[in-house]
Amino acid sequence: MIAAETNRESLSPESLSIDEFLARELNKDLLRFSTAGSVDDGKSTLIGRLLYDARGIYDDQLDSIRKSKVNRSSGAIDFSLLTDGLRAEREQGITIDVAYRYFSTPRRKFIIADTPGHEQYTRNMATGASTAQLAIVLVDARNGVLPQTRRHATISALLGIPRLVLAVNKMDLVDYSREVFEKIRSDFFAFTSDFGFEEIQPIPISALEGENVARRGGQMHWYGGPALLEYLETVPVSEDTRSRPLRFPVQYVIRPDQHFRGYAGQIASGTLRVGDRVAVLPSGQSSRVASITTFDGDMQSAHAPMSVTVTLEDERDISRGDMLTHLDDQPYVSRRFEANLVWMTEDPLAAGRSLLLKHSAQQVSARVHSIESRLDIGTMERKPAATLSLNDIGTVRIDASRPIFFDRYRDNRLTGAFILIDPLTNSTVGAGMIQSAVRRQTVDLGHVTPEERYARNGHGPALLALANGPLALRLERRLFDHGCQVIAAAQGAHTAALYAAGLIVISPSFTGERAIDLNHLPLPGDEEAAVDAIMAYLEQNGILATDRFSSGEGI
Amino acid sequence: MPSLSHLRTLEAESIHILREVAAEFARPVMLYSIGKDSSVMLRLAQKAFYPGRIPFPLLHVDTTYKFKEMIEFRDWYPASIGADLRVYVNREARDAGANPVTLGTAKCCGLLKTRALLNALSEGGYDAAFGGARRDEEKSRAKERIYSFRDQYGQWDPKNQRPELWNVFNSRIDKGQSIRVFPLSNWTELDVWHYIHLENIPVVPLYFAKPRPMVVRGGSLIPPEHNVIPLLPGEAPQMVMCRMRSLGCTPCTGAIRSEAATVPAIIEELLRFRRSERENRIIDHDQEGSMELKKREGYF
Ligand SMILES: Nc1nc2c(ncn2[C@@H]2O[C@H](COP(=O)(O)OP(=O)(O)O)[C@@H](O)[C@H]2O)c(=O)[nH]1
Ligand SMILES: [Mg+2]
Repeated sequence: MIAAETNRESLSPESLSIDEFLARELNKDLLRFSTAGSVDDGKSTLIGRLLYDARGIYDDQLDSIRKSKVNRSSGAIDFSLLTDGLRAEREQGITIDVAYRYFSTPRRKFIIADTPGHEQYTRNMATGASTAQLAIVLVDARNGVLPQTRRHATISALLGIPRLVLAVNKMDLVDYSREVFEKIRSDFFAFTSDFGFEEIQPIPISALEGENVARRGGQMHWYGGPALLEYLETVPVSEDTRSRPLRFPVQYVIRPDQHFRGYAGQIASGTLRVGDRVAVLPSGQSSRVASITTFDGDMQSAHAPMSVTVTLEDERDISRGDMLTHLDDQPYVSRRFEANLVWMTEDPLAAGRSLLLKHSAQQVSARVHSIESRLDIGTMERKPAATLSLNDIGTVRIDASRPIFFDRYRDNRLTGAFILIDPLTNSTVGAGMIQSAVRRQTVDLGHVTPEERYARNGHGPALLALANGPLALRLERRLFDHGCQVIAAAQGAHTAALYAAGLIVISPSFTGERAIDLNHLPLPGDEEAAVDAIMAYLEQNGILATDRFSSGEGI
Repeated sequence: MPSLSHLRTLEAESIHILREVAAEFARPVMLYSIGKDSSVMLRLAQKAFYPGRIPFPLLHVDTTYKFKEMIEFRDWYPASIGADLRVYVNREARDAGANPVTLGTAKCCGLLKTRALLNALSEGGYDAAFGGARRDEEKSRAKERIYSFRDQYGQWDPKNQRPELWNVFNSRIDKGQSIRVFPLSNWTELDVWHYIHLENIPVVPLYFAKPRPMVVRGGSLIPPEHNVIPLLPGEAPQMVMCRMRSLGCTPCTGAIRSEAATVPAIIEELLRFRRSERENRIIDHDQEGSMELKKREGYF
């Protein structure tokens, strides 16, 4: 035996040759988990402790935190420094963004997302939780369940994490009291009872002392359950997506020559076999799978989550964003749907807002039709609301400009998820989980009104006369980058139509009463400054909505 | 049935990322550093677009302080698989004699790597650049998104990263801004070597142990190539059985004593290590949080 237990796990040459070791490595599965809970409940310390006990830390990394000027813990090593890697985090003693850490045991590989507890960084917590199969929710034994504990447990449930560990931490500070643990456990179970978790495993721990972290400790004889690491090593990670209905979003079309036309993508769920009859969405055409091509040779079948390339027997017009499915078990195809939404930017969301929606390989423009409700974290009630503020969780109805193909999020975490992007700032402002399709409204909505165009475009129509050609192009670029529908063109027969369609049209000269003549504006000589001045002028005249352009910072 | 193995899961996810970028960006480029991670990334790119060619060029930012074997490998391997490799050197700085001894490692890296990289990206008009960095390498890397947004100066703002949920990536940028993309984010050093073994991926021979001339100074083995580091009295290169754990510039990359001459032997050695792979990289240790500072300025 090698005396020192080694990096990440031990390899003893007598019992396991390197080839045997590698063969075992190949068969290991992967568990992704995230941490959750309020600030200072001990998330980062727990992860540091777990890495330390599982030998996932190198000596030089340990030396560097031993030597660090910062140590907020009462122990010799501040384990939280192992994941709080940003300077600002170390200086402030908090976690700002997710840290991803890796370790493995002889049984399994682990990817950890250590997430921040502060409410203002909820979007970073959601980032870490979105891919997790399990969440460890920490509670400080002295404080019990806090609002932030509720928020994080709720987000974990919405994000479809099937299993939770309720880690009641800092048991050393409450004399390892069983009563304290039981009280927190029943509080937590009371509010999560209808969240739909498959399993919640409560474990009393001391992250600092390592009690019940990697091994069962001596302090809590009354506790008969597993230590945290034991549980993580043995909990089922099944989530067998390969037996679910086939969803193959076409991500990229590969055409090296006229003879090969392959559709590349990662199978979101299900199994695909050569010879299978498949439907192509949205066209609804069908064909058969001719081959499944990979660099390592053709395959007879492939399943989720493999990335493969598929060819079909018939010539079909298929492009990125389309989806292959089996004929019998199809996803919803709709422009309208209802979804749970986590709002992730300071600028509040109101109904009517136009955004970009990205869903698997599709990106479409979309409008928030209505806000159905907002979750009150204090009472866990869904209440009517006009807006969603930063970190709010709500239910919304979305109208997409084109149909998308989706499943309910609870049935499929990949085809049921989408993000919302602000077309002006390019920030990711919302994370959505689809609940259901909304049937086409039966009321006739009538003609598209100028108000609806305004809501979609984010600006009113305008005819701008500007004779200075280079300046006109520069203005066009600026407006375009702001997300406006704009064109610099000579005045012609279609000008009226472009205007009616809600566009901003820039021409050297315009006649007619609706034209705004910029040629007589007192403009600064510098072009950039001139564009600034014109933008301000358009805002004053109500062509551009002022509020939308001032929300660029602080996301 | 067991679920897809850990390595094949990582492979499938990385391929997804490579295709996503190729589909959504106008001018992607793959930063090719010649090391083991680049070798894996390149293989994944081959797989992602097979039987088509890799639809973007590779770019090597050459500091001119690289090992001879690295340059030989660079000039041979990518071409042998039909990849389009481009090389960029910050000539101005190099001709002015930039080197880590007179400038200090931070400034030298700033000119020959970061500045050179930013110049190369803007001259090429690239809007997305793949890098082979892994989150397990360093504490600030552990914090970075797979799509790492950079402003028009190539700078990273770690306190204001975009949320990144599921495998749905936001590729929207304004003109002049860019995205660094890390398809190997979730791979560990062990995963990389295991994959190289499994897939028989060629790597630079410097990774394998053999007797090499080295200047032995305390616990460090300093490669004498390029003669940048002045010898102390009495010092002379001597033959030492050694290898490189990670590859960088000769003045700033130490070798380690090792007998590991095959990939399995390297993996075996890795399992016994108690020290991280970047430890031999002098550059990361300049100051506390130095990687984060360099990244903020535009380094990978
Ligand atoms: N006594 C005691 N202190 C702990 C324990 N776990 C964490 N702490 C301390 O609680 C504080 C907050 O820990 P940290 O890991 O940063 O919490 P986070 O905000 O949830 O990541 C630090 O000072 C830790 O040293 C524990 O089990 N016992
Ligand atoms: Mg923390």
